[in-house]
Amino acid sequence: MNPATKAAPALMAQGLYKRFVRKDQPPVTALDGVSLTIYHGELTALVGPDGAGKTTLLRLAAGLLPRDGGALEVLGIDVARDPQAVQDRISYMPQRFGLYEDLSVAENLDLYADLHGVTAAERAQRYPVLFEMTALGPFQRRLAGRLSGGMKQKLGLACTLVRQPELLLLDEPTAGVDPLSRRELREIMLHLVRDQGLTVFLCTSYLDEAERCSRAIILHQGTVLSQGPPQEIAQLAAERCYLLTPRAGESARGLQAQLLDHPHIVDAVPDGGRVRIVRTEPAAIGVAADEPNDPMRSHELQAVRPRFEDGFMVLLQRVARREQAAPITVTHPVRPDAQGGAAVRVEQLVKRFGAFVAVDHISFEVQRGEIFGLLGPNGAGKTTTFRMLCGLLTPSGGQLRVAGADVRTAPASARARLGYVAQRFSLYGPLTVVENLEFFAGAYGLRGEHKRARIHWALEQFDLGARAQATSAELPGGYKQRLAMAAALLHEPEILFLDEPTSGADALARRAFWRRISALADQGVTVIVTTHFMQEAEYCDHIAIMDAGQVLARGSPGEIRALAGSDSTPEPTMEDAFIAVVEQARRGLGRDGREVAA
Amino acid sequence: MSTVSIVRTDGDGGAGADATHRKLQRLRALLWKEARQVVRDPSSIAIGVILPLILILLFGFGLSLDVKDVPIAVVIEQPSSEASALAASFQLSSYFHPQLLHALVPAEQRLMSGRVDGIVVIPNDFSARLGSGDARLQLVLRGSDANSARIIEGYVEGAVATWSGQLAEAGQTRIQNGTAGPVQLQTRLWFNEADDSRYFLVPGLVVLVMTLIGALLTSMVMAREWERGTLEALLVTPVRSGEILLGKTVPYFLLALMGFVLCALSAEFLFHVPLRGSLWVLFGASMLYTLVALGIGLLISSAVKSQLVASQLTMLATFMPAFMLSGFLFDLRSMPAAVRLVTYVLPARYYVALLQSVFLAGDVWSVIIPDALVLALMAAVLALASRAVMRKTLV
Repeated sequence: MNPATKAAPALMAQGLYKRFVRKDQPPVTALDGVSLTIYHGELTALVGPDGAGKTTLLRLAAGLLPRDGGALEVLGIDVARDPQAVQDRISYMPQRFGLYEDLSVAENLDLYADLHGVTAAERAQRYPVLFEMTALGPFQRRLAGRLSGGMKQKLGLACTLVRQPELLLLDEPTAGVDPLSRRELREIMLHLVRDQGLTVFLCTSYLDEAERCSRAIILHQGTVLSQGPPQEIAQLAAERCYLLTPRAGESARGLQAQLLDHPHIVDAVPDGGRVRIVRTEPAAIGVAADEPNDPMRSHELQAVRPRFEDGFMVLLQRVARREQAAPITVTHPVRPDAQGGAAVRVEQLVKRFGAFVAVDHISFEVQRGEIFGLLGPNGAGKTTTFRMLCGLLTPSGGQLRVAGADVRTAPASARARLGYVAQRFSLYGPLTVVENLEFFAGAYGLRGEHKRARIHWALEQFDLGARAQATSAELPGGYKQRLAMAAALLHEPEILFLDEPTSGADALARRAFWRRISALADQGVTVIVTTHFMQEAEYCDHIAIMDAGQVLARGSPGEIRALAGSDSTPEPTMEDAFIAVVEQARRGLGRDGREVAA
Repeated sequence: MSTVSIVRTDGDGGAGADATHRKLQRLRALLWKEARQVVRDPSSIAIGVILPLILILLFGFGLSLDVKDVPIAVVIEQPSSEASALAASFQLSSYFHPQLLHALVPAEQRLMSGRVDGIVVIPNDFSARLGSGDARLQLVLRGSDANSARIIEGYVEGAVATWSGQLAEAGQTRIQNGTAGPVQLQTRLWFNEADDSRYFLVPGLVVLVMTLIGALLTSMVMAREWERGTLEALLVTPVRSGEILLGKTVPYFLLALMGFVLCALSAEFLFHVPLRGSLWVLFGASMLYTLVALGIGLLISSAVKSQLVASQLTMLATFMPAFMLSGFLFDLRSMPAAVRLVTYVLPARYYVALLQSVFLAGDVWSVIIPDALVLALMAAVLALASRAVMRKTLV
């Protein structure tokens, strides 16, 4: 650590103000009097809902945007006065990590080393460490564009570390990355801070990541709600956290949906077959004595230690309008016995792209009205499987029945009975919300009164009425996702496919999303979903873990979790189980798991 | 895992020489990066080498203002030896593809249906009047294409003049036609002796190609960095904005010069356009113009940040004016004064004038020096403007 900079904090903001003026629209205040301090040698996390101003704050700190008010000093330098002096000493990884895809791994590193004036002698010492840390050593000559998502993130991080920066700014370094790669990235960062005294400031939408940092800053609508050690923030939910065990015959998801509407509950999530709740008040205050049916009375409550996420929800509860996502009501509930049999049956399904086998003889079944989760690392073959189920790709072999129809022989009729929400936002940006819905209703063949009724239903059920005339490009992230889902449900499909629907969404939006999914499933719609958030797998009735085109494990969340049970981890989380299953399979196959990215 | 020593690389740490060394190291890194991307990305090669080749072949062979093998109808109302001799001279000319008829009506039908572009009527009193020195011919042309009509008129007059000249030499009576009278007009076309429109089209073509590849190359590559988000990472390094611009200019300058060499070689060896000025003036002027074109591309892409918009804007702002308003195709002096004023800000105008004089006239310093100065000034202004626009911010 440089003694000259030791005295000043790594970053200090006082009443920082930033707004964006847009054409023909009211200006948006991104940062509204933000004051915060980042200390040297610490790992500080910046968390907050979408649109809180996280990326804007990092860009201001990196000298990429001018501020509109307040003070911002990085390494004791006023960023606005001398951005270059700051840029000479810090490193920054933007959300799209700035790799040159047509340069190789080594060439990308060399470029950044040259730009930072790193000498050959320093490189000889530093590169081996970086390659060991990121496990990119064997891939030095591979083009960056041909790396997997997790490897790209690691290379992006390595490029920021070609020399020891005095402050490292990372914008969502783990977004869209599978749990295995996320864990590796997290270990690299913790190692750098602990063993090398690096100062890191990162923003993330994973609250469990923030929990492992030395300090956390919670940003909401451009203001700081709280800053301090994550344990302190977790303590905001002290004596309010409990686990409820569902009664026999009751699903955790059903209980959770019931609890979400409870006036004295801030948050409820399925957790290991039970439901974890955070109460609005400590202890038993607020449990209606005269309500024998109150789930908090009728179920066994077990007090648990608060987590950072619980404190975060308590904080947001104080300021944010509680997302009153009315559980969705389907106009014509799908009767579970309408057709009999499974909604989706896959047997020995294969998909080859040339010599590459993307999906390798997989089999599974999805029952009607259940939520089925398809989990797996990046490149496991999830999206390819999805596309075959939706009739967008022709399988190379195997059997595939969707809603009772063979997709290969009757794709049109099968497709009319399923809805698909793609990984990337696939609506028309320049069209308004209503115009998008009208277009999709027309594409599904809806007409006249029925069409009007369905569009009305979509606007109402997804709470889009207020923004009906906004173009979909200018919608905030959470609304976009709702619109995409509304469009996919216009023709009342029996089966809904959702490919990473919650990627990049914040905790609040994800809660609202899963409420709707639960309600849909309760009304008989079959939901098949992929996700990188392992906690979300708890909402599913059944899950399958895929890797390298094969199904490694299938079962209920409880059964999957049990796979990782051992003496050291008696109560494994879904993430533990996922990592255990994938690593075991990769070891068993006797190959370097990282080769999967090839 | 071994620990890593802390490497301090703040810019103010070293002496002046050290700072220069770092600057050169950064510049070298950017140049290498760009060169590798050019080699690996087929689109740059396509714009720099394939596009010029296609344009040269397409325009060079396809675009010609010369009129050859004009279909005309020659109506001989009353056969005579003189009328047949005149008709034969049309048949022998490489400019015409005559059809011999004996009445005006079928000829008119052919003109209307577009099978012929003109009618030459040799009236029935032609031979008689020729004797008295007062012979007349009728020429009917389709005026809907006034340009072609004028050219054909000239050809017909030329053909008749040649024929009557031969008559005069043979001591016979002459046609009352003006040209074959006592005063003989000897036409000499300077700079384009063969009266071949390629002579002035090919230098103009070089201008088009250089405009397109120069501006398109840089506008695409800079906008690409914005689109892919690589620039955001690049900005937060010790690199200076001038270094980024220089790193973009040099590789594409060299690539555009390759395109120029292709153009010059094809002008010389494919289209046989003479080079009457000196080679170094040709190169010097082209390098200046390339800098201007690259500057326009850099300025556009620094401002719009999207490949699609940048490429469309580049076409609109550089290619179209270079095509229409540079004097390559249309004479600047025949334009309305307001439009002519606009052409003065177009760099292509000066480059067209430079190339036409170097190729066809020689080193005419009174043209070369002022035009080269204007181009140099434009390059300097564009460099400064790019530098001003390309600040290290995201807004």
